[in-house]
Amino acid sequence: MMKEKNIKGVTLCVLFVFLLVMGFCLRPAGEPVNTEMDDYFITYGQVQTGSNNIVTSVVFDYRGMDTLGEASVLFAAASGVFLVFRGERNE
Amino acid sequence: MNNEYRASVVVRTVAYILAAPLIVFGLYVILHGHLTPGGGFAGGAIMATFIALFLVSFGRKGAGSLHRNLFSVLESLGLTVFVVLAFLGISNTFFYNFMVNSGHLFGRVISFGVNPGYLDTGGVIPLMNIAVGLEVFSAISLIVLEMFTYSREDKND
Amino acid sequence: MISIQFLAAIILISLGLSVAVFKKNLIKIVMAVHVIGSGVNLFLVSLGYRAGGIAPIFTDASKLQMVLPTTQALTLTSIVIDFAVVALMLSFVISIYGHYGTLDTQKRRLKE
Repeated sequence: MMKEKNIKGVTLCVLFVFLLVMGFCLRPAGEPVNTEMDDYFITYGQVQTGSNNIVTSVVFDYRGMDTLGEASVLFAAASGVFLVFRGERNE
Repeated sequence: MNNEYRASVVVRTVAYILAAPLIVFGLYVILHGHLTPGGGFAGGAIMATFIALFLVSFGRKGAGSLHRNLFSVLESLGLTVFVVLAFLGISNTFFYNFMVNSGHLFGRVISFGVNPGYLDTGGVIPLMNIAVGLEVFSAISLIVLEMFTYSREDKND
Repeated sequence: MISIQFLAAIILISLGLSVAVFKKNLIKIVMAVHVIGSGVNLFLVSLGYRAGGIAPIFTDASKLQMVLPTTQALTLTSIVIDFAVVALMLSFVISIYGHYGTLDTQKRRLKE
């Protein structure tokens, strides 16, 4: 039983690491392609949003919807922790 | 069983020394989010570190002096302000930056290029940073406080 | 030839995966999930790295060649979501410990 699970786990890990290495070997680091959107943000972000920090202007302005979802996820996690412990306390 | 949990004098002294710098540094990171690295998320996490340090050093008595409902209200307030700021630009699009380049509050016009950083730029971005910082601070504090309170209660049973 | 950043990301992700598969302590499994998240964040950031670039911040910048900002913004999102997931998982682990008195996934009461 234990041996069987170990063999399955080792096979899964080896296969997954092999796929990771193969995938990461496709491109070298430091030479991104398809950078038109990021070049637009760097060139016009400062004038359009008035923010020196381009990452902040992407987070709060161009991609504000993502940040709204992120804040909602954090809110939901806090509410979940609150509910779990309140249920524990009432038992 | 030792009913009163107290950290050692080293931990309490370090907590006294670090309390003000943590809060001030968190506020700095939040308020300068549009000029320097950081922003609402990082600053809120730094300020929540103060709450974690407070709980570690003062234990049950410290946890009793923090109000859970206050953090809950602050968290909801931060998220609400964030959504309201996003909706205020609805005449163009959702999340439209309606305060930028207006010449009024946070509306200083800047041009492309390197500059030393002016605080009154960015439109709604600084306000959103403050709202998100409030929300993250309250959420992390609430999570840490809940976990701490429950584990302490469990041990004292 | 594989880059050093990608090699570090592969090591982090495979470490987290092997710990999540083989360890039997719930706390260690949660830690493994966080380590996998760290590896993914490192991979995201290194995808947007441009050789010789600086952080995309114009305040007193030394040059105008900058790395890609979008991957960094999404990494920020990923970090916060990772934190939320780990906090919720840890609270479930505390709840499980309160109910069953054990953190071992191989114990009989927890398996059924």
